[in-house]
Amino acid sequence: MSEQSGGTPPITAHSTEMTLNMGPSHPTTHGIVRLKVRTQGEEITDCDIEIGYLHRGFEKMCENHPWNQCVVYVDRLNYVSPIINDVGYHMAVEKLLGLEVPVRGQWLRMLTSELMRICDHQTCIAASCMELGAFTAFLYLIKGRDLIWEVLEKICGARVTTSYTRIGGLAYEPYPGMKEEILELFTDLRDINREIDLLMSDNRIFIDRTRGVGALDRATCLSYGFTGPVARAAGIEFDVRVQHPYLLYNQVDFDIPVCSSGDCYDRYLVRLHEMEQSLRIVEQSLAKLPTDGPVSAPDARYTAPPKEQVYTRIEGLMNHFKHHMWDHMLAPPPGAVYHAVEGGNGELGFYLVSTGGEQPWKVRCRPPCFGITQALKEMIIGRSIADVVPIFGSINMIGGELDR
Amino acid sequence: MSGTRTERTFQATGSWAGPELVERICERFESAVLGQSEAFGEREVTVRREIWPTLARWLKEDEGFEYLLDLTAVDYLGLRPVRFEVVAHFYSLSGNRRLRVCVPLQEERAELPTLTGLWKAADWYEREIWDLYGIRFAGHPDLRRLLLYDEFKGHPLRKDYKMKARQPLIGPGTMGGAASQSREDEADV
Amino acid sequence: MELSPVQRSLELAEPFVTTKLDKVLGWGRKYSIFNYPFVTACCGMEYMSAACSRYDMDRFGAGLPRFSPRQSDVLLVVGTITHKMAPVLKQVYDQMCEPKWVVAFGACTISGGPYNNYAVLQGIDQIIPVDIYIPGCPPHAEVVMDGLIKLQAKIQHQKHEV
Repeated sequence: MSEQSGGTPPITAHSTEMTLNMGPSHPTTHGIVRLKVRTQGEEITDCDIEIGYLHRGFEKMCENHPWNQCVVYVDRLNYVSPIINDVGYHMAVEKLLGLEVPVRGQWLRMLTSELMRICDHQTCIAASCMELGAFTAFLYLIKGRDLIWEVLEKICGARVTTSYTRIGGLAYEPYPGMKEEILELFTDLRDINREIDLLMSDNRIFIDRTRGVGALDRATCLSYGFTGPVARAAGIEFDVRVQHPYLLYNQVDFDIPVCSSGDCYDRYLVRLHEMEQSLRIVEQSLAKLPTDGPVSAPDARYTAPPKEQVYTRIEGLMNHFKHHMWDHMLAPPPGAVYHAVEGGNGELGFYLVSTGGEQPWKVRCRPPCFGITQALKEMIIGRSIADVVPIFGSINMIGGELDR
Repeated sequence: MSGTRTERTFQATGSWAGPELVERICERFESAVLGQSEAFGEREVTVRREIWPTLARWLKEDEGFEYLLDLTAVDYLGLRPVRFEVVAHFYSLSGNRRLRVCVPLQEERAELPTLTGLWKAADWYEREIWDLYGIRFAGHPDLRRLLLYDEFKGHPLRKDYKMKARQPLIGPGTMGGAASQSREDEADV
Repeated sequence: MELSPVQRSLELAEPFVTTKLDKVLGWGRKYSIFNYPFVTACCGMEYMSAACSRYDMDRFGAGLPRFSPRQSDVLLVVGTITHKMAPVLKQVYDQMCEPKWVVAFGACTISGGPYNNYAVLQGIDQIIPVDIYIPGCPPHAEVVMDGLIKLQAKIQHQKHEV
């Protein structure tokens, strides 16, 4: 790094120092982050990362809404894999309540979470490939994501912001024929994965731009609190699904891809392989999914009644109002809980504080890409401007979750 | 596909730290431990502010808590005599256990020593807490706002900050201009 | 159904078209939209879908995103605009050359959406003029197409300076 060399840098055609501003709206940053980069020729000597352009007051909104309505805001944290957020938040609330979700609901939560993880990785690989000029890969992967979204739309009525889970279970029963439709998807999704593997994994341009780029050593990764695919690419064997199994993850068989060098290429590989592992989990979940039984805890204190009962029976109607009127709503006992799930980017933790009221006192989300984005500075210093693109693509910064 | 190792070499034994860790903390820091609990299966220790960096260093170096997973604050305005509480979640990858440490802080002395020397992750977490709660971190190399902008007045996650209390728009042509208006009646703000 | 000038000329098999220059400009402009996707949040996911092969905005002549405000004529504001982001959006808008149009994509850009709080701008029309509002949180890709067609109709029927 020239700034630390002490002596006078050799005079070349590009020896003047320059400050370059990338973002917040920049073609190669598919999230809004502003990089104030100081360069010496092509080399980056210093950098300041400014975030917060999507700070939407998530915590303040949750603190001012009933426990049941926070799901809307939770959805919009990591908008690429919203169901994982929903599951994390609701499992934390259920921990406060001491509420058990029926087995069928748990399988469905797991199944949809894994479909979301595939979406997350597809989007990340798609965007980072596109930014490196591989537009074909982008089109293929987004097509795959749309296929999943079409099933998702049938499951919960929304494509992006799903609000699928509820306290005590799920919002909807699975629709008839869901299992077959998801299984049909598998051929397409595996085809797309294979195509991407053929297109990118041995692609000379791709390898040249990503191999050895953006790697940090293990100690630094731990110091920044890396979790998820980026940590596993650096050889840190940490996956919440394995270390702290939640839902029914200890009843399915899946592998955790781990690489060693931690560069952009390894992050890509880890994500690519994780998609296949997620498909395996979905397959097993579909096979083990009970055909009948409730998806939500059949406890009228915690779960709202089905709409048929609300419209046809007085008990149902009263119960419905009990869930939606102030002073009658769900109020978990006082206490604080932390529950973590494995999000698309790593450990997605929810720290909730309840004071026994109908609104949360505090809803804290531990954003997995927070530390990773912070480490971006260290990853790009000493590299050239062109390297910012693959590095930024590989860390999968999601604005909604980073800035909340 | 090649290049990655996919067999499982690590085990599912994860839990929260056991009582023996709390015993060791009590032994070492005696009077500085204000309380401990195990609610919902989660181990929590409340300590005095004075031992905060020492305890953190001890946890990291002697007890193997490599991760500072999360650092946040809670405002207990009107609920507790001590208004703020800084909450940290530590995680030990080698021991596969978690620990929560809480540090209560008086409003008049809302300041803690920084952990930036121990974990790089502390840098942004502390800036975020300063930004949203107004708790200072002594010794932080660059304590600026993180999520909000310099012109913003106040700390929005404090309980006495109203949700809809809007501030003037910033940028050229809007200096001192009207605040962003909501479409609904804002008499209650 | 009203025939376009070209269709009419083909129908009549005449070698010329009579129309107003204004209309020709509008016709040309509506099918050659260079959009600037000012993507900030969740709506960007649906924008990706709308722009990609499955829904394909290119069918309506709006397939080429330009990430420079100087080269684009439709500003697609996709996602929540916060107070911190507002000056950036204003600057991008100011840098665009006339004629230019603005599409508010999604509930947040229209009214702040679910975020009625200290940080979020309650509708981008407080800082820049908006031509088309596409509702939804986020809008379905098909709704985006509908909004695009409405924008094209607006471009066709407005007065174009010659």
